[in-house]
Amino acid sequence: MLRKKERDREAEIPQGSLADIAFLLLIFFLVTTTIDMDKGLSLVLPAEGQQTEVAKKNISNLLVNAQGQILLDEKPIKLRDVEPVIKQKLQANPKLIISVKTDRRTEYQRYIDVLDELKQANATRVSVAEPE
Amino acid sequence: MKFSRKEKAKSAIPTASLPDIVFMLLIFFMVSTVLREYQGLSVILPSAKKIEKLETKRHVSYVWIANDGTISIDDKLLAMDDVRSVMYEKRKNDPQLIVSLRADKGTNMGIITDFHQELRKADALQVNYSTKTEA
Repeated sequence: MLRKKERDREAEIPQGSLADIAFLLLIFFLVTTTIDMDKGLSLVLPAEGQQTEVAKKNISNLLVNAQGQILLDEKPIKLRDVEPVIKQKLQANPKLIISVKTDRRTEYQRYIDVLDELKQANATRVSVAEPE
Repeated sequence: MKFSRKEKAKSAIPTASLPDIVFMLLIFFMVSTVLREYQGLSVILPSAKKIEKLETKRHVSYVWIANDGTISIDDKLLAMDDVRSVMYEKRKNDPQLIVSLRADKGTNMGIITDFHQELRKADALQVNYSTKTEA
């Protein structure tokens, strides 16, 4: 007789605070999420040992010295002039390869600046040369 | 003067579906959260204008290079000579490897160039120079 009564008892989980719990979890994930974007300048390095002969007219040498001064085809150039000049050169010769050469003491930021200019000029054929 | 009746109109926002909405948001954040794998070194990234986003995170391997030339891959400090073997292993496991280089903006290009050479020898040719957006 006692057992029957026990069965009638209803067991319910209170669900009133469900939203609160969900909010708490939500806030936790909101705080811990770091949507750190991987942004940057992409470049494909030339393969090791792969030396292709390129006609001289298809190559533009871009040198950056330790002081950050830029030399494009033996002519000094300002950083902000790199983009329009390269654009012109590319229009004249779409097969142009730009070879970037830096001094060992050049700052990394300067190199990125130059690379950025080349990207802005839509130069896709960029090669990184070893400094001597 | 029936105007006074209007004030009695009740307006309540239905909150019955609130937990569902919250759960939806919760699931979104749970799925999109990537807990940071590596600590890295403290570097000030250079800035650039024409930056591209990396599409995938799956094939990306991060390398930190600090101002003084310390190199950190997977939270291990490495010498320049060890880079090749480590990167070669990574490259062997993932042919689509992209190396995300997080170098300090004041680093000398000599170190970066040496690193380039090591990457070339390891046949890991896809490089992404991590940068900030220029203000």
